[in-house]
Amino acid sequence: MKIVIVGAGRVGSVLAEAYDAAGHEVVVLDLSTRAFDRLPSEFRGSAVRGDGTDEDTLRRAGASDADVFLALTEGDNRNVMAAQVAAEKLGIGKVVAKINDPVRAAAYADLGLAALCRTTLQADAISAYLGLGPLGLPSVIEPTGSHHGGAAHAPLAESLDGAAHSQEA
Amino acid sequence: MFVLVVGGGKVGYYLAKELIENSHEVVLMEKDRDRAAQIADEIGSIVVAHDGCEGKYLGEAGCARADIVAAVTGDDEDNLVICQMAKRHFDVPRTIARVNNPKNEALFRHLGVDEIISPTRMILGSIEQDIPVHELLHLAALGEGELEIIEAHLQDGSPAIGRAAGDLTMPVGCSLFAVVRDGIASPLLPDMRLRVGDKVIAIGPSECSVKLHEQLIGAVDVEASPTV
Repeated sequence: MKIVIVGAGRVGSVLAEAYDAAGHEVVVLDLSTRAFDRLPSEFRGSAVRGDGTDEDTLRRAGASDADVFLALTEGDNRNVMAAQVAAEKLGIGKVVAKINDPVRAAAYADLGLAALCRTTLQADAISAYLGLGPLGLPSVIEPTGSHHGGAAHAPLAESLDGAAHSQEA
Repeated sequence: MFVLVVGGGKVGYYLAKELIENSHEVVLMEKDRDRAAQIADEIGSIVVAHDGCEGKYLGEAGCARADIVAAVTGDDEDNLVICQMAKRHFDVPRTIARVNNPKNEALFRHLGVDEIISPTRMILGSIEQDIPVHELLHLAALGEGELEIIEAHLQDGSPAIGRAAGDLTMPVGCSLFAVVRDGIASPLLPDMRLRVGDKVIAIGPSECSVKLHEQLIGAVDVEASPTV
């Protein structure tokens, strides 16, 4: 699979390393080249400095034929915008945006983006550790509605879903 | 009207102030507490010191009953999210976003924002109007970005000079609707003969620019064509 990751933070770089080692074609984008220091020296994918919300930059980085697009920068809104460019302009089938505000995460799932909410993910992990049970709030929210200009995205692959969980928790 | 303004920079501040002077009901959201307090001191207690991108605070600021939401922060991605949340989550009838990167205009429109204001584009347009190289000027995009309003500045050598507007062959879906002559705008009637110095205003799909250029400016010299 060709996997594009926007934001080479902790989560982004851990996923880039893992998918690259698993034999996938990985493209990582970040605004700062220093972020790429997190990638291991044996990383064979491409690391591109640029704005992941910019369609031209994404195309130049080779994102137009990607199978999976992960928007994992520090900013919820940057992730939302990058994910929408990926889904709408590049037509990428599986798009995940990290959205830490639970209200926004649910709203965008209604709009057809798969949303990953670290807030509820961590709250659930803590509750589970304390034996207090889950809070009943979704952490990886499947897209429920269809995106503005396109069909609803296919459900996420088991492997990807599982990987996202284990890295964050 | 009840207008919710998000972003208390210069634009948001003056916008809120003008709206209040025009007797509209206004709430301004500004996440920086100091800046929010400063604005409240100057124009009264209409300021909510919270991030307008957060769904919870948008709700508390009364977004659900707003007639208009104007997202005028300095960050395009924030303005997009504010408008989408307002539109989709709170059913606001009219959303307006400020866009800094002109390339984002078409995207935002496609993603459901009702109106896009691009200061960069306006300044660019104003500069380009003074530069004769750009004989075809894209004034605005309409609808989902498929239609554009284009201005053609007729100069010596244009094949349209001396011809009646109705005799020009226009691309399908493209029409000439107005002319600015000696600073006066008037509807472009089919029997009107075009002159040097006329500014002809056309509306049509973006891809008709090449044909428009041929008809109104002259054959496109591919090597030297300006990037309009």
